[in-house]
Amino acid sequence: MEPLSFFSQARVLIVTGKGGTGKTTVSGVMANLAATAGLRVVVVQVATASDRLQPETANLSRLFGSDRALAYDEMALRVGQADGEVRARALRPDTALVEYLHLHGLRRISRRLVNTGALDVVATAVPGMPDMLVLGKVKQMERAAAAGLARAPELILLDAPAAGHAVRFLQSPHGLLEAASGGPVRAQAEEVVEMLSDPARCQVVLVTTPEETPVSETVETAQLLEDRAGTKLCAVVVNGRLPVLPLPGGLGVDDLRRLAAGAGVTLGAGDAASLSAAGRLRLLRQEAQAAQVARLAEELPLPQLELPFCFSADLGPEQLEALTGALRKAVASWEPVELP
Amino acid sequence: MNGEVPASEQGPGGSGRVRAARGDRTARGQKGATGAQADATSELAGAMSGGRATLLGPDVVVCVGPGGVGKTTTAAALALRGAKDGRRACVVTIDPARRLADALGTRHVGNEPHRVGPPAGARGWPGELWAVMLDAQSTFDHLVGRYATNEAQADAILANPVYRNISAALSGTQEYMAVEKLYELQESGRWDLIVVDTPPARHALDFMEAPRHLIRLLDNRVFRLLMAPTRAGLRAIEFGTHVLLRTVAKVAGGQVVADTVEFFAEFEGMEDGFRARAKRADELLHSGRTEFALVCSPRRDTVDEALFLAGQLAGEGFEVDKVIVNRCYPLYQPVSPGVAEGLAESPLAPFVVNLEQLALVASKEKEQLDRVTGALPKASVYRVPFLAREVADLEALAEVARYLDEG
Ligand SMILES: Nc1ncnc2c1ncn2[C@@H]1O[C@H](COP(=O)(O)OP(=O)(O)OP(=O)(O)O)[C@@H](O)[C@H]1O
Ligand SMILES: Nc1ncnc2c1ncn2[C@@H]1O[C@H](COP(=O)(O)OP(=O)(O)OP(=O)(O)O)[C@@H](O)[C@H]1O
Ligand SMILES: [Mg+2]
Ligand SMILES: [Mg+2]
Repeated sequence: MEPLSFFSQARVLIVTGKGGTGKTTVSGVMANLAATAGLRVVVVQVATASDRLQPETANLSRLFGSDRALAYDEMALRVGQADGEVRARALRPDTALVEYLHLHGLRRISRRLVNTGALDVVATAVPGMPDMLVLGKVKQMERAAAAGLARAPELILLDAPAAGHAVRFLQSPHGLLEAASGGPVRAQAEEVVEMLSDPARCQVVLVTTPEETPVSETVETAQLLEDRAGTKLCAVVVNGRLPVLPLPGGLGVDDLRRLAAGAGVTLGAGDAASLSAAGRLRLLRQEAQAAQVARLAEELPLPQLELPFCFSADLGPEQLEALTGALRKAVASWEPVELP
Repeated sequence: MNGEVPASEQGPGGSGRVRAARGDRTARGQKGATGAQADATSELAGAMSGGRATLLGPDVVVCVGPGGVGKTTTAAALALRGAKDGRRACVVTIDPARRLADALGTRHVGNEPHRVGPPAGARGWPGELWAVMLDAQSTFDHLVGRYATNEAQADAILANPVYRNISAALSGTQEYMAVEKLYELQESGRWDLIVVDTPPARHALDFMEAPRHLIRLLDNRVFRLLMAPTRAGLRAIEFGTHVLLRTVAKVAGGQVVADTVEFFAEFEGMEDGFRARAKRADELLHSGRTEFALVCSPRRDTVDEALFLAGQLAGEGFEVDKVIVNRCYPLYQPVSPGVAEGLAESPLAPFVVNLEQLALVASKEKEQLDRVTGALPKASVYRVPFLAREVADLEALAEVARYLDEG
């Protein structure tokens, strides 16, 4: 499939997965690929209600070679190229709540609500509300995109909270439909549920690493998201897969020295030990990863998109390019799977 | 509430910090031998806040760090190491990966510590290893039962929807309950070492501030004011005139306001118990017995986050004692000059490529590790390699524990 068709499946792609598996990285890579296909993309980073105090991080910007932390206002990450654009912003539950009050003619009282801590109490009493308001904001962006407004994005990538939170996060409007008897919040929740359950508007991309626990949790999350949030799952990204090297197994230090001698190279004991130990580790990891990829395919009938592990401790533009190329390849052979 | 304990009834304290007596098996052995009496003593000690009495308590290690770096794994490994050193160790895990929970046997037991034996056929350890999987909800329920003046009050609170929300989903509740569990465990006097895992944090103070969080909520001025004049028969309608509440009702619905007001009314009389306990838990965290282990991985962003956490801890007067850099690629010795070129066309070429790739990532990781050591010169830094398999059984935990040995 062409990247353009892939990214035209839905206006909002929600990227989620276990903590630290690569949600932010994958959001950046997807945004970059979509931009090369000519789309105007916005990456929205979401903090959950429970980490409302988190310091802004610059992880996403760094991929694009910038050091600036994301903020409420959109920031350009990739602009001025012949094709598309990538911008990014951060949405926080507390800001969303205050903005909501402003929009509903409660500007004057919102400050008092914040200052007296009453807002805290409300957020506590209705814990799904701040999360739902963040989704409400995303929905507003999605509507602008649907209307084709001049500066509106064509694709919104939501770098969502980690898996455990994600279920709660995406369930928040459903919960509020049960809890809130009426009023503007209920209306808002209804509209968000509508967006979440319309696959032309919104789909989920799951991210996992090819390791046992993340794979297990991904399978569980997938089921929960379908059951409870009713959002369509689009694909699962298997991130950080070690490129497979054809290392023959069962070779000891002596075997390596013998084989090297055959190629006219004398291996010192240290050389042979290094090559052998590193080879053993790689082989074990490759095999373990392959087993997890196979298990994931078996337990989760979703198309997989594989991204390689980058041999680096600090991902920047160079790695972004490599990963974008890999994603382009993966998308090329991507085929949607109809779930029963 | 426990009363004050006269000084004469305090245990034999004041003879140096427990931490200094680490590994003093005789003292600990005696404590075990005198059984009930020793427990009673430390229970009193636990009930005391700060001061000499705390010197009798267990050592506490709190593992903090960004998401997914191995906090739960290292917490369990530290407890296992304690057991191997002959100590009675207990780990409080939070959301452990399922296989680790299975290995610790905590998956199907409740909210109480559970003794972990060595795997069949394996060599045991001189101390004891216990594990508990934190259930924040039942810990909170238990606390309500404890401080309610009567059963009816407890039942009313437990059934209140706002309470259900607070106990299940309030930001910081899990942290608060972890502290609470820690406090409960140390109060029992059954352990020499308690290791506490924490939920992933970008903000370390979530944990430190946890005991204060609920208190702050209960102290909320708006609701205090509202409740003062009308204690009984609270109805949202009666407050309909109040601007703030009317606003809240407008936003979130009248029922929410009614439930909230009711919750505050029902809580009446219980805050003191909570407040006093939270204060003692807070003091435990601040006492010299509590050590902080910062867990991270050798990557630019987690190191950034970890150093940020360390800074916040320092701001609150907590020092990071240990830094555990987890999941590091091994540092292999590079091959001698000429070897790589010589083997480029040979069947060993993939071995050379592999070594180059792993060495590259290891050297990048080393730079990050150096940032940690540079920024936290006083902390002991431990480097735990990326094991070839998932750390999901006691054997793998023991392997991690070996890298956490002192020295
Ligand atoms: N393909 C890859 N190759 C190498 N490193 C990677 C790869 N993808 C992600 N990483 C690294 O893994 C770590 C986690 O990635 P990332 O921050 O994208 O995950 P996340 O799921 O957004 O994490 P969090 O749950 O903390 O938000 C980062 O250090 C990142 O640089
Ligand atoms: N040194 C290691 N080598 C290999 N795998 C490891 C190592 N340490 C941890 N792991 C694996 O990494 C995963 C994450 O570890 P763990 O659950 O301890 O992290 P955590 O910091 O507690 O995560 P969270 O923030 O989600 O609570 C687990 O699957 C664990 O088995
Ligand atoms: Mg992220
Ligand atoms: Mg954990």
